[in-house]
Amino acid sequence: MRELSLNILDITQNSISAGASVVEISILQSEEKDLLEIAITDNGKGMTAEQIIQVTDPFYTTRKTRKVGLGIPLFKMAAEMSGGNFSITSTPGVGTKIVAGFQNSHIDRMPMGDMNSTIGSLIYLNPGIDFIYRESVNEAEFILDTRELRTELGEVPLNAPEVTGWIKEYFTENTKLR
Amino acid sequence: MKTIAELKAIREAAQGSKNIYEGTEKEIRIVVGMATCGIAAGARPVLNALVDEVTRRKLNNVVVTQTGCIGICQFEPVIEITTPELGKVTYVKVTAEKIPQIITEHVVNGKPVEQYTIGAYKK
Repeated sequence: MRELSLNILDITQNSISAGASVVEISILQSEEKDLLEIAITDNGKGMTAEQIIQVTDPFYTTRKTRKVGLGIPLFKMAAEMSGGNFSITSTPGVGTKIVAGFQNSHIDRMPMGDMNSTIGSLIYLNPGIDFIYRESVNEAEFILDTRELRTELGEVPLNAPEVTGWIKEYFTENTKLR
Repeated sequence: MKTIAELKAIREAAQGSKNIYEGTEKEIRIVVGMATCGIAAGARPVLNALVDEVTRRKLNNVVVTQTGCIGICQFEPVIEITTPELGKVTYVKVTAEKIPQIITEHVVNGKPVEQYTIGAYKK
């Protein structure tokens, strides 16, 4: 993965596979604290304590099509190689939260990349799931909550072409990520 | 500035043109592999290009969706196009640049772009 936004897209696929109906992606970036923190929280089926240990092992996967599962190990590696940390907390039947912390200025900290594309793709591909995107960059807050959009849109789906275009522009105008 | 209020206008416009979202049968499916292998190989720009092309050409009978790993990671990004006439065709090592051609020839004109399909790669 060349961008953290791709790791986020990948990790969120796990939330979708876990049957989540609401996924929150939050990014906290602070130059003052030299911190970048990415948290992904879902209300999917959750994992047992044993599974939490297994998922960071690249040779563990629940799928049948191949024998390796690299999503979480890659994300963990990205955090740890840039002076950060990584944690998973989960409760079966309640959901899972993954937090990756990075030293913001670290030379090996990968760029955020195109977060707009990541959020846009997730909403487009999963119009039945609600996504809450929360960003705080040097204290400037931006929140995009599809539950709010849904209230305005009524029966118009979140992946209608006009809506996809609107989300993209709205994101571009409001994001402070660099 | 984009405002949330504009969504209301989108909704009203949709009501005016009645059932444009539910009325059309989505008979053509385009599936993008979006597992770790697909994403790492570049599935996201491919998906964006597909959405742009389908929107630009107003292909209301096409649905673009995702799948996980289908087991041919070395050929990612992979897309599968299923149409009533041709059944399922699998394209491998797809890039955003190849999308307009694939949509034009396969989806619109009904003729697969043979050189990008998995059959061409395996020979």
